[in-house]
Order: sequence, then structure tokens, then C-alpha cells
Amino acid sequence: MKELNQELTLSGAEKSPAIRSLGNVETNYFTFANPPDLFILESEEKIGPVTLAYETYGTLNKEKSNAILIPHALSGDAHVAGFHPDEKKPGWWDEMVGPGKGIDTDRYFVVCSNVLGGCRGSTGPCSVNLETGRPYGLDFPLVTIGDMVNAQRHLIDYIGIDKLLAVIGGSMGGMQVLQWMVSYPDRIRSAIPVATAMKHTPQQIAFNAVGRQAVMADPEWKKGEYYIGAGPARGLAVARMIGHITYMSDASMAEKFGRRTKSAREPFKFGAEFEVEGFLNNRGDNFVKRFDANSYLYITKAIDCFNILNGHSLASIFKELKARVLVLSFKSDWLYPTYQSQEIVKACKLAGVDASYCELNSTYGHDAFLLEIAEQADLISHFLKTVVNGNGNRGA
Amino acid sequence: MGRAEHEVILNWIQKGASVLDLGCGDGKLLSLLASQKHVRGQGIELSTDAVYKCVAAGLNVFQEDIDTGLSEFGDDCFDFVILNQTFQQVKKPVFVLQEALRVGRKTIVGFPNFLNASARLQMFIKGRVPVTKALPFEWYDTPNLHFLSISDFKDFCRERNIEIESSAFFNKNKTIRLLPNLLAEIGLFLLSPNAH
Repeated sequence: MKELNQELTLSGAEKSPAIRSLGNVETNYFTFANPPDLFILESEEKIGPVTLAYETYGTLNKEKSNAILIPHALSGDAHVAGFHPDEKKPGWWDEMVGPGKGIDTDRYFVVCSNVLGGCRGSTGPCSVNLETGRPYGLDFPLVTIGDMVNAQRHLIDYIGIDKLLAVIGGSMGGMQVLQWMVSYPDRIRSAIPVATAMKHTPQQIAFNAVGRQAVMADPEWKKGEYYIGAGPARGLAVARMIGHITYMSDASMAEKFGRRTKSAREPFKFGAEFEVEGFLNNRGDNFVKRFDANSYLYITKAIDCFNILNGHSLASIFKELKARVLVLSFKSDWLYPTYQSQEIVKACKLAGVDASYCELNSTYGHDAFLLEIAEQADLISHFLKTVVNGNGNRGA
Repeated sequence: MGRAEHEVILNWIQKGASVLDLGCGDGKLLSLLASQKHVRGQGIELSTDAVYKCVAAGLNVFQEDIDTGLSEFGDDCFDFVILNQTFQQVKKPVFVLQEALRVGRKTIVGFPNFLNASARLQMFIKGRVPVTKALPFEWYDTPNLHFLSISDFKDFCRERNIEIESSAFFNKNKTIRLLPNLLAEIGLFLLSPNAH
């Protein structure tokens, strides 16, 4: 017990002296499904060639047994951690992933790829359709979370990994984790779905629907044919603002902004007056610079249509699964509330899966999976060590 | 919980058994059972800090309230269910015990004997709610919701047709055999639902 306590205090993310940055990292590209061997989607439509942008950190060991896949959330990309030479900000989960961090790149080989349908280097609606020589736009087929995971599986095959040590992801990344648990149960040794759901509720669909309406109501959207032109910047910015409201909590907004007003006011009656307005405008405007509006439509649609049960019962959905599972949720997350994580836990119990569940304290709302790192990192690093040591009672 | 109780529980549980520990705390007992008996263990615990420690120890644990029941677990899906020092703390002990007996082939229940000699003296001579080693709490901060004696529990099992296969009693971390309702601080029972 003494050893255990010692380990607990030592591994706290900020306390360890071993924590270093990954430094500069780069994005790689993998292309498959070249004609005529096209990639078949769940809808049975075909697409190809398909390119996935991906990054890897750490070293794949000789046994190829230390690989961890991190699927990203709605607005994420392949750049999880470290720095791109031309950017000041590190990747989106830099606090979690790196040498000596929760997902320790000194021990593990980390892979993350931009999703199919995305706009950060992977094939999506803004990619050029080889048949027409122009961007796909709305000619791009609807994709599902299952399609995204099938595409990732091609990448994992290409890298030469037979069995992933873990798949770890939050929000839409968590949906992809659930999909891996169901589609490829034999190819994972463990899974960590964070702040996610087996399917969207009407409330969750509603927020995404309003976001899509904001994009499509922008006259510059032009039914998705905006690639020569301004594009629906306002619409996409509004969609992102709605998103940010749902990612925060009442408490985190009160703490961050209060009712404070901006010092420099715009000379306009309805210009941004409160700090929270300025923040949302800012986030919206920045998002437009790095995200494609059509991708936003396609990806949010994939999230809304996701239903891991898809006609199966809760008791049967994980019956093939031998992997160990750690389910995490956050107390103040009202977008993906705890009860949705508890449904996943219920399915694990019914199937007799080796599983743990923890509801973490945080006031950050849904953003907690990106911001509330210390305890999350502790849990994940200990859990991964258990999986590596093969203490699993089943499988492993 | 004392080492003497752990030893008895380790003796009762067979090698390789599956064990559900309800209110497993920091997982000390499950860790012992895993290392010494190679059990397939699962804990349920409400306290966040305790859950962290369980995960750190490599145990399977669900952060949940055992009062809400064990409905996702099928009948007899564990060899043993343990309710050690949590039985007197749950809101619905009858329901929780029924559930434990349903999902486990055998159930181990341990609780502090509220009517041991020291507690009786404090009540009758001092006129105070007892505070003892096994009942270390003041009246205002106790997590214990139900106060029972060894004899109360035996009556309870008899009335409900629950078979007591084995029992052990402890005082100052030592096993005792004589007059347990008077002398024991802690009672530990191995139960199975009666066949009839």
C-alpha cells in the first residue's frame, strides 16, 4: 500500500520532473483505396483514393505491442501533441500526451489521424474529386463514425500494428473508441471512452442541427459550392459559438467571464459588450480560419447518426470484447452527461467485460476532457500500466 | 478492517473465484485476494479518492452507489459477493443483501456488533452512545445507518431462510469463539441462499 501511495503522488502530471515537450512534430499522409479498389462506406457508396493525415509520437517496440490510437473530437485533427514549426500553440491534447505525461510517449507509440470527412489533411468534402477536378462539396458521400474507424483500421494495418494497446478518445473520439470495441474487438487490448455516448439524444442532435442551419443559412454557403469565393464564414462562426456554449458549464462561464464588460466597445448598439460575447466572437472567427464548413456539416451529421447499438441489445453489444475498459465522465458535463457513460458501463457489466468507471470532479463542463488533465492523466497512466502488465482477468 | 478478518475471508474464498466487493474502499482486500487467491475481482465504490486508488492498484472498479442495486448483473454471476463493513451503512440493507445473494453464489457480510460489552457499558453506565474501536464515530458524524448485534443478524437470517455456512468473530483484531454477542466487536458471516 505504501508503494501504491508513493506512485500516486509521483505520477501527478505536473509534479514529475520527467515531463518534457515532444518538441517539433510533423504530419504524415497515407493514401489507400486507389481506383479501382475503392473504399466502401457503410452506405455502400464507394470513394477513393482516400488520404488520411496522421501523426505518430514515440517508438513502436519490436513486438509492436505498445501502440495507442487517439481518435479526435469534432474539431480536432491529427496534431495531438508537440509543436508544428510555424505555430505557437501545441497540439490539442499536449498536456496529456508526451514524454512523462499521462499517455507517456517514452513508453508508448501514439497514433492519431484526422477523420475521414475532415478538413485537416484527410479526404473530405473540400478535397478534390478526381472525377471532376473540383472539390467534392456536397457530392462527397455521407460518412459515419463506422467509416471513420474503418479508414483508421487501414492506417493501423499500414503501420503494421496487429493489436493496439489502447484506443483512447473523448466526445466524438469516444464514439470512435466504442466503434473500435464493437467493430474490431480482437484488435484492441483496452479502450478508454471519455465523456461520450452510445448515441445522441434529441437535445444533442438539436444543438448540432442549429449549427448546421447556421452554416446553411449563410448566403455564402451556396449549397456547398463555395470553394471559389468567401465561404460561409459567419454561419460557421455562429455554429462554433453555439458549440462553445455547450462545451462549457454555467459555473465555468461565471468564473471565466462573470458579467464583466469589454474595455474597448464597438461603436454599434449590439456590438460585443460583455466579455463572454467577445470570447465567443473570437472563438468563432478563429475556427473559420482552420475549419471547412462542409466538413462541419458532414462530421456533425455522422455524430448525430451514430448509434452503437444499431438494433443490438445492450447485453449483446460488447459480447465479443475481451479488452479491458476504463469509462470516464465529468460531473459538470451537461452535453454528455454522466448517465450516458453509465449506459456504457451497464453494457460492460451485462457482457462481463473487465471494466472500471470513474466520474471525475470538474467545473469545466464538456471541455473538462481537454482541460481537467491531472487526475485524468493519473487514472489513464495507471490503467495503461495494468494493461501492459497483463493483470487483466480476461483476454490480454 | 483488521488483518484477522482478511485472513478469515482469504480462507473462505477459493483460488480463482470471481468476487464482487461492494463498497471496496481503496481495494486493499481485492488486491490481497488477487495476489494470494488469483480471484477475478470487481469492486464497487462511491468515494472518488478510493476509486482512484483502486485503478492505481490495477483493480476493476465502478464508481457507483450500491443502494441502487445490482440489476445489470445476472443471477449467480459471481462466486462471492462481499459486503464488509458496508452492510450497516447502506440505506436499504435488506434490498442490498437480497441483491448480493442473487448475484453471488455465496455472500460474505461483516459488520460491527453494536451491542458488545464495551458498547453496552457505555450505554448503561455512562448513558452515552457508544464509541469503540469498531464503532469509532460520534453520533453526529457516523456513516452507520443501522445498528445491529450479532444475535439480531442471526435472527434476521433465520427469518429469511438465509443459511449461515460459517461465521467468525473478532475482538481487538483476534478471533474469539465465546459469547460473541457480548464479546465480539465485529462479526463476519459466510451466507448462502437456502436451497428451499
